[in-house]
Amino acid sequence: MVKGVQFRNHEVVGDILQLAERYSNEGADELVFYDITASPEDRTVDRSWINRVAEKINIPFCVAGGIRSINDAEEVLNYGADKISINTPAIHNPVLIDELAKRFGTQCIVIGIDSYEDDDNYKVYSNTGDPSKTKETGKIVNDWVNEVQERGAGEIVLNCMNQDGVRNGYDIEQLKLMRSNINIPLIASGGAGDLDHFVDVFRASDVSGALAATVFHKSIINIDELKKYLRKNEIEVRL
Amino acid sequence: MASLEFALRRIDTDYQITDDIDLINKASHIILPGVGAAKNAMMRLNQCELINEISNLKKPTLGICLGMQIFMDASMEDDTDCLGIIPNTCKPFKPERDYPVPHMGWNRVHFTFDSMLTRNIKDSDYYYFVHSYYAPLCNETIGVSKYQTEFSAIIEKDNFFGTQFHPEKSGLAGEKILKSFVSL
Repeated sequence: MVKGVQFRNHEVVGDILQLAERYSNEGADELVFYDITASPEDRTVDRSWINRVAEKINIPFCVAGGIRSINDAEEVLNYGADKISINTPAIHNPVLIDELAKRFGTQCIVIGIDSYEDDDNYKVYSNTGDPSKTKETGKIVNDWVNEVQERGAGEIVLNCMNQDGVRNGYDIEQLKLMRSNINIPLIASGGAGDLDHFVDVFRASDVSGALAATVFHKSIINIDELKKYLRKNEIEVRL
Repeated sequence: MASLEFALRRIDTDYQITDDIDLINKASHIILPGVGAAKNAMMRLNQCELINEISNLKKPTLGICLGMQIFMDASMEDDTDCLGIIPNTCKPFKPERDYPVPHMGWNRVHFTFDSMLTRNIKDSDYYYFVHSYYAPLCNETIGVSKYQTEFSAIIEKDNFFGTQFHPEKSGLAGEKILKSFVSL
């Protein structure tokens, strides 16, 4: 299971650390930090917070947001992140995936994909961190998952935007379809609202992990209880 | 590397990062963290003239991930001759539909032999793995994990211990292994 943590500015890093520690103690298997302060183009960003996270938590974590080059990636990894997640920059410059995989190994390269279902097609959207810039890329998710796998992605986080934030459950049909297209781990994102949504996504779509943010941040679901519930439902989890 | 440093600090253990033979001789315990490829790791050890030093260590020595793999005779990764402490050869996982390579994530480790390293630690707990090569089961295997096939997750030979997983990233279970090692 993966946890999403979203934060906006440096003042809240202390809160982030506390939250990260709490999730890690509750049994999260991995944390994902969306560094939206790093998003604006061509801005030098202070990434030292990553070091403070690495100091505190003893489980793997991934950093997403603002990684556009080998240098960005190197900085994030040197600060102690285990993985980097790339979304929009990979769409604009797919060769970046090849370069990152070659340099750092496929195991730490995660590709985030924001998918929107429209006219019976799954379409890739970019810049979803900023609603005013979000746009359709012309790419079809079925093709893009294959391309990023071929280029050296080690893992894909598929965020199904139709489900995102509505807490009606993961998009099982879409996840199942994409899972059958690729060999690398697929992580479900978007739509978790209750315990059974997690059971359903693991049972029906064979994903390697499920990511959620809202239900944990708002304490609707406790990670330890969730994992016990999964185990009770015969889904293999670390307890 | 940063992760291991932080993990040692969390268990209040003093450490130094070094390639200096005198410091290595003075240390009570040695950890070989593995990063990157076998060939490169062996080349670096050779450059630092540490190959014989490490093989002849008599104090508790822990190899992590690639650090454990280079304890073997050899690795098929780029046909690399390794330290030869344990007669075994590391092999690559073959990518399969349900077994993407690298093997990455949490997996169970079953203790197969009683050891000072794992004594008082819960059997069949989960640890965090990231690797494309593995050490097949051998006489020195004391912990077994399974991914496509069973492989050595923990090895022990005399004062040499190795974990294929990353104890520094394996939550409380991993922390216990590190604590246990530093108190040997």
